[in-house]
Parts: sequence; C-alpha cells; structure tokens
Amino acid sequence: MDITKNFTQLENFGHSLSAPAYLIQPKTAEEIYEIFQFAKKKGLTVTARGAGRSYNDAALTGGGIVLDMRGMNAITSWDKSTGLITAQSGATLEQLWQQVEPDGWWPPVVSGTMKTTLGGCLSANIHGKNNFKMGTIGEHVVEFTAVLPTGAEVTCSPKKNADLFYSMISGFGMLGIFTSVTMQMKRIYSGLISVDALPIGNLHEHLTALQDGAPNTDYIVGWLDTMNGGASLGRGQIHAAHYLHEGDDPDPAGTMKLENQILPPYIFGVFPKSILYMFMRPFVNNVGWWAVNMAKYVASQRKHTFRQSHAAFHFLLDYVPNWELSVGRGGLIQYQSFLPKETAEDAWREMLNISLKRRMPSYLGVTKRHRPDKFLLTHAVDGFSLAMDFKVTDKNRANLSRMLHEFDRIVLQAGGRFYFAKNSETTAATAQAFYGDETIAKFKKLKKRCDPNGLLESDLYRRIFG
Amino acid sequence: MSDSPKAFDQTQPRPAPATPLNPRRRGVVVGASGGIGAALSRKLAREGFTLALVDRNKNALQSLCDEINKSAGETRALIYEHDVTKYDSVADTAQRVIADLGGLDTFVYIAGVIYFPAMDEFNFAEDHKMVEVNLLGAMAWMSVVAPLFQSAKGGQIVGVSSVAGDRGRIGNPGYNASKAGLTNYLEGLRNRLTRHGVNVLTVKPGMVKTDMLKLPGAPKPMLALEPQQVADLIWDGMKQRKQTIYVAGIWKWVMLVIRHIPSAIFRRLSF
Repeated sequence: MDITKNFTQLENFGHSLSAPAYLIQPKTAEEIYEIFQFAKKKGLTVTARGAGRSYNDAALTGGGIVLDMRGMNAITSWDKSTGLITAQSGATLEQLWQQVEPDGWWPPVVSGTMKTTLGGCLSANIHGKNNFKMGTIGEHVVEFTAVLPTGAEVTCSPKKNADLFYSMISGFGMLGIFTSVTMQMKRIYSGLISVDALPIGNLHEHLTALQDGAPNTDYIVGWLDTMNGGASLGRGQIHAAHYLHEGDDPDPAGTMKLENQILPPYIFGVFPKSILYMFMRPFVNNVGWWAVNMAKYVASQRKHTFRQSHAAFHFLLDYVPNWELSVGRGGLIQYQSFLPKETAEDAWREMLNISLKRRMPSYLGVTKRHRPDKFLLTHAVDGFSLAMDFKVTDKNRANLSRMLHEFDRIVLQAGGRFYFAKNSETTAATAQAFYGDETIAKFKKLKKRCDPNGLLESDLYRRIFG
Repeated sequence: MSDSPKAFDQTQPRPAPATPLNPRRRGVVVGASGGIGAALSRKLAREGFTLALVDRNKNALQSLCDEINKSAGETRALIYEHDVTKYDSVADTAQRVIADLGGLDTFVYIAGVIYFPAMDEFNFAEDHKMVEVNLLGAMAWMSVVAPLFQSAKGGQIVGVSSVAGDRGRIGNPGYNASKAGLTNYLEGLRNRLTRHGVNVLTVKPGMVKTDMLKLPGAPKPMLALEPQQVADLIWDGMKQRKQTIYVAGIWKWVMLVIRHIPSAIFRRLSF
C-alpha cells in the first residue's frame, strides 16, 4: 500500500495547529482492521478523525495515519415509533436531526455545531446546553460497536461490556474505533423552542441565574462579557429555553418541516453568509471586539421571550460559516474550565481579572450548568463551565501560554476539570492532577487490553499520556 | 507515564507534539554532524524546531543531540544513523523520521564531500563519490520528501549547494559538476513545487571554516565564514522563504562577475 499521496496537512478546528499525516478513508470495519495491520508493520500511529471540529489536537497524529471516518456515515435504521436510531460513526449530528425532526423527535444532546460526527461526539462525550438535565451524549447511547486495534469487533452497552462502554465513550478514540451507534431520541411537539432572554449585571448574578434557572428549564446558557471588568465583571445575558408542550404549537407538522429549520444561507435575503467572515476580520482585535461585546451587552438589556427553531437555537456556531477564519493567520483556541459550583465564582473572577490586566482578554465567553456523569474520563462537575475563545498571534503566543498555565493552576486548586474537545495546552501533569492516579491507571489498563501495540495515538494522547 | 504501550520499539524519548501556543516546527537535517550541518541544527533547535539529525557518523550525532537536548531542557533532537548513498533505505528512514517527529515542515540536505585533485589528476573514484553524496543522495531524499510536501501543499526544502556549482573550473571539475547538478536539480524542484505552496531554498556557501578546508590540497581561505555565521544566514533565508542565497552575501557579486567571464578568457585562467 503506497500512502505517499495520502499525505495531507490537517488542522484543528481553530486553524491554530496543523500536522501532516496520511489521510485514509475507510469504508468498512474490515478496512479499518487492515489499516491497523499495515500501521503495525510500518510502525505508524493511527487516529480517527470525524469532522475535525475539536479545538485541539484530538483528531491529529502528525506523521501517522488519520482515518477519515466520514466515509462511513450512513443512517442504517430509524424507528419513528420508538425514537431509536442507528447510524455509522461518521454520520453527523446534522444528518441525525434532519432525519428525526420531521417525525417529531430531536437528539437529546447536541453540540453548538451540527457538523460533528457521532464518533467524535462519543469520543469527547460531548454535552449541550442541557447538561444539568440530560447529561452527556453517552447517557443516551443504547449500544455501539467498535473495532479494536487487535481486530476484535465489540458491541457495548451499559449492560454488555460495560467497562468498555463507560471508557470508550469519553476515551477520545484511544481504545478503539467506533463503527456504529444506536441512540434514543427525544420526543418533541413543535419545531420551535421557547427562549427567555435575561440580562445579567455581574458574575455573582450570572452564576446564581444559571443555578436557580436550570431546574425550571430544559436548556440554559450564558453569554459572559469577558472584556468588561470592575464591579460589573461577569455581566452578560442568560438564555433559558424550554420545549413546547403538546398543544402549545398550533401547527407542529409545519414548524417541524426541514425548510423551517435549516439555517438560511443569506442575511437580509441577499448577502451570502459564506463570505461574512471576511468582513468580520477587521473587528477581531481588542478594540473591535470590545465594541462588539459592548453592543451585545446594550442589546441584551431587554428581558424578553421569543420562539425560534431548534436548529437556530442549538447551532449558533454554524450561523456564520467559517467564522473561525475571521481571527486571521494565527487561528483560535478555546480554554474551557469546569468548576464546582462552590468555587467557580472566585476562580473565574481571578482568571477574568488576570486576562483583563494583561490585555489578553477572551473575545467570547460562554457559560453553562453541568452535572457529574459516570464515564471514565469525564470532564463534568456539579457546577459550571466557562468557555473562553482566544485569538492566537505570533506576538501573544508566549504570554498567552503563560497565562493559560496560570489558569490551569487556579482551576486545579478550585477542584476543576478540563475537556478533551477544547483545551489545547493542558499538560500531562495537569491531566494527572484532575483525573487522579486511580482513573489514569484504570484507563491505561484498558488501553493495554484494547490496544496492546499502542497503535492508536493522537497528538492529544502524546501530550497527555506521553 | 512511560509504561504506556507504544506503536513501535522506541529507544529514543519522543519529542512533545506541537500545540497552538508552542507550534514546534519539525525538521530533518541530512548531514547534521559536520560543520554547517551541526551549526544549522543548533540554530534551528534554538528557534524551537524539533529535529531529526541524520548522518553516517553516529558518535558525532550522539554528542550533538545530547548537547541540543541538554541546552533546550527537553527532547528537541532525535538521531538516525544513515548513509545517503544507501538509496534504497531512504524511503523507510524518511517515513520513520516523519512519524517520530510527528510530521514534517522543513527538510534540509547538507551532506557533502569534497576531494581536491591535483591539477593534472583525474580520479573517477573520487568524482563518483562526490556525485553520489552531493547529488544522488539529495535526489534520493528529495524524491521521497517532495511528493509528500506536494501532497500536503506546504513545506520547505533547503538544499546546500555551493558557489562551486556556478562554473566548471580548472581546479575541481568533479566537485563543480556535483554541485552544478544539485543547483540545477533544486531549481527544477522549485519550479515544480512552488505552485503547490512549497518553498525550495538553494544555499550557495563560499568558503566556510570547516574540516573541508583542512583537507590536503584545500585552497587558502578567502572571504571564509564560521559555520555559525553561515547557519544564521541560512536561517534568515529560510524565514524569508528566499529562493537562492549566497553566504556570505558578497559571493553574489563575486559570482556575478565570474559567471560572466567569457570562456575565451576563463579557460586561460589558473583558478
């Protein structure tokens, strides 16, 4: 097998990191196993890549073989009476919701983009704006199949091969390659969702609103003005949303039609969104983005309620295609920390103040409410998360790196955690500190069992597990 | 966490992968143990590169590697014992190197030999060796690296040729031919690869104070630089993604004149 022509420069989602690798698109489980055997013979590492939507190095293995899983993306069965769907692991959330929504169902957990694949979602064990209520995506997986590097094909559920079920989901693709996933969808009674928008004055109010608001709603998410300090540090806006009940929507069949969900490709009906990111570029700097956050804050002052489509509410990241290109050459990284509800406020106050003082503010802050889960490499806590986007430039790399490592110490001290789909600078020592020796020993034991030759190795794995 | 299973038997520690805030570039230096090779390797390591040092001379490689890793305080260099005239082993060595580095951004070929024949001496064995190391070895490596860079639509190839390739001279026709061939090959490569986003830099050093100049029959140093100075100038050229550089820069003008000496005169000169 000559793989020279497969050598491809691959990037992370934020375009802040690239690593060339041999990109191969398998079509069947057998082909995946053949690639494992080839890799073993050649001494190459292997990593699966879905849509490449991780902000870090989870879907990269420089100099190794990257499996492009998008070649295995069929939806193999859909039962609209029970809401059970089975799809190959390369199928995206976009395919999933477009399949089930017209029949009155919705994926119980989705990410902020619909471009992600099921395999990627399970590997990172993604959460949505309803994590406090519905948990992670893994909690809705009825069963999955996977190919291990040993060639074994395993079927796992919470009852069958439970140790693999709870470790491969969250195991960032390092134990085996997902091939097929069966999930339970959630019944909905309208294509619309009711959203309450609430202005927030400071950090304390912000976290209180998330905590108190969560029990009475289906989804809750906050926008935090990361460029504003002082007494109103942490100000922003909370969006709480709930499903419509049966009968609330006079025309559910109409609102659930795909054409009423799909995000329009034009703004004002004429301006193509595909080139919008180019016009954003001049504003993606400290001054421009301060103005954007300020304008957003002023606009958020009115408390109001509105209805919007599920797709529009959930997939904000897809609203402007390629928006991540607007930050320019150095790309974008995200720093997301998960903190217990008792310590979050003090820790984030300190972090936000540091970032403002050093003039390296995050351009976008997003907060969510979380609950713990049973998966081995879980990122969740009974508390909150704050995701901060940072623009990377040749000039700020060293200082930003220093600051984020300080953040790591603050988060660890506050009993917090990190997430494998997001942070790109987490060190092995930090990961060891928040997982604890016992969890890591357990994971490594599973790794030896599933992958005795250590073939599965992403750059993330090299960074965290050496 | 060194007890994690590994894809292959690895005797060297693995370098850390690049991250967005520490975007370590990955480079191969073929002919790393000698004068310019060692100096450029030190320079690139200081600039944050993760390097594969490739050479025949394992002992020299090992001490250079230890020195680089010690002063960096982390694994920044790996070594590979390899003879560039073993053309059949290039493809496997390259694949191994790229896997160990975690990718490849820059390929540097510095391997070269020189013999100084007497004015009336014709020595095919020595000429053959010079062509093998200076030209064929470069072609063997670049035939592997170029298609990878072309496919990845990026990368930088640095070939260290010589001012000696600019004209065939009375003193060393074999060496001139090997370097002229390399210069010409690099130009062709550049014309193929620029459209794919790959930069090909031809470096033409004049005299450099390396072991080459200590060989019997070597000319007296003229405008000679220290290897360290040459390495700094090559790095400047790499950063600016230049096409061809002379080091020192003065050679650009010297060679401009020499290249334009008509044959009627040139064949009567004694240099």
